[in-house]
Amino acid sequence: MTAVIEDKVIEVTGLTKRFGSVTAVDDATFSVERNKIYGLLGRNGAGKTTLMQLLTGQDFATSGSIQVFGQSPVENASVLQRVSFIKESQRYPDDFRAKHVFKSAPWFFSNWDEDFAQQLIADFRLPLNRRIKKMSRGQVSAIGVIVGLASRAPLTFFDEPYLGLDAVARQTFYDRLLADYAEHPRTVVLSTHLIDEVSNLLEHVLVIDEGRIIINEDAESLRGSATNLVGTAAAVDAFVGPREVLHRDAIGGLVSVTVLGLTAGERKDASAAGLELAPVSLQQLIIRRTNTSEKEFEVSA
Amino acid sequence: MDESRPIFVQLAEQIENDIIAGVMAEETQVPSINEFAAFYRINPATALKGVTTLVDEGALYKKRGIGMFVAEGAQARLKTKRRDKFSAEFVTPLLTEAAKLGITAEQLADMIRKAGK
Repeated sequence: MTAVIEDKVIEVTGLTKRFGSVTAVDDATFSVERNKIYGLLGRNGAGKTTLMQLLTGQDFATSGSIQVFGQSPVENASVLQRVSFIKESQRYPDDFRAKHVFKSAPWFFSNWDEDFAQQLIADFRLPLNRRIKKMSRGQVSAIGVIVGLASRAPLTFFDEPYLGLDAVARQTFYDRLLADYAEHPRTVVLSTHLIDEVSNLLEHVLVIDEGRIIINEDAESLRGSATNLVGTAAAVDAFVGPREVLHRDAIGGLVSVTVLGLTAGERKDASAAGLELAPVSLQQLIIRRTNTSEKEFEVSA
Repeated sequence: MDESRPIFVQLAEQIENDIIAGVMAEETQVPSINEFAAFYRINPATALKGVTTLVDEGALYKKRGIGMFVAEGAQARLKTKRRDKFSAEFVTPLLTEAAKLGITAEQLADMIRKAGK
């Protein structure tokens, strides 16, 4: 037997979490590969945070199995010491100042890089001596972002880490994440609804909608997988034929449809038929696909 | 980087453009994968895929332990490749738009001659 390199950092099978009558995570099955940046995308209340709480052992599954580094994460120190989870609304003790957070973080993360943390503190202009209670929402978020980056945990979760961060600070976060990831590859799961901002950073995309994983695909194959076609109703319908239409809009005699997977030849045909072709961004595509599944739900319910 | 096509294809085209324009001269070193990723703000795996495309095509080559270099003759080869695609990418859409507006082939030729002066 040769040594097996553990390529799957997370393996989830049939995972379900119910809160009373609400099913927050619904029969989710997926895996997360080592040293990739994942986007966990979805609308508010789709189940992103619940899923991450389950993956980090902070909540118990109703059914199904979770393996993180090959083991259950629940109450498992050998797993959890390799995991950093930056929450959207992290609470700190009342009298804590930012410096107290950075003093205690290295106790939990063996890969903690103090120089990197100091550099990030300067980048985000974080006042170390201010009480966290007195800080702005964006400054509190910056603390989380810095801890998440400087901890360099083999598996890092960022759950909407930038509430209140301005555009400049968010760009700083993306740039530092990318640069540090390139030098110190690790697995990152980034949950967000600012899809357009992060889409180029992602290698793989998981989309969750009403607790279900509805997209689990390579970011590059998702990108450009859909096209918008605009033209007269007759021309559009003639071209579309039996193709699956993700979305349809009409204004006057004009119709706009979103379709998947056009070949180069088909694009040429569409253009020759007088249709205007426009790209569909990852964000638009996900909006289209999550709407579709809602309709499917209504039909099946 | 636009949203319409895979990012690695766009990165490969961008590097091709730089080679064709002579910005990246033959036998000189090109930026590293991580430098491309940071500059274009893209995932390093995507940058690697873009650069690998050009290595496979023979436009770039690897020197072990040193980095990636522009291959000899890459500029001429890329120009040939782009010329082959020119008709499909530029002439066909031009004709489609002209037909839509009722511009004849002769009028179009006339326009091109005038614009070229």
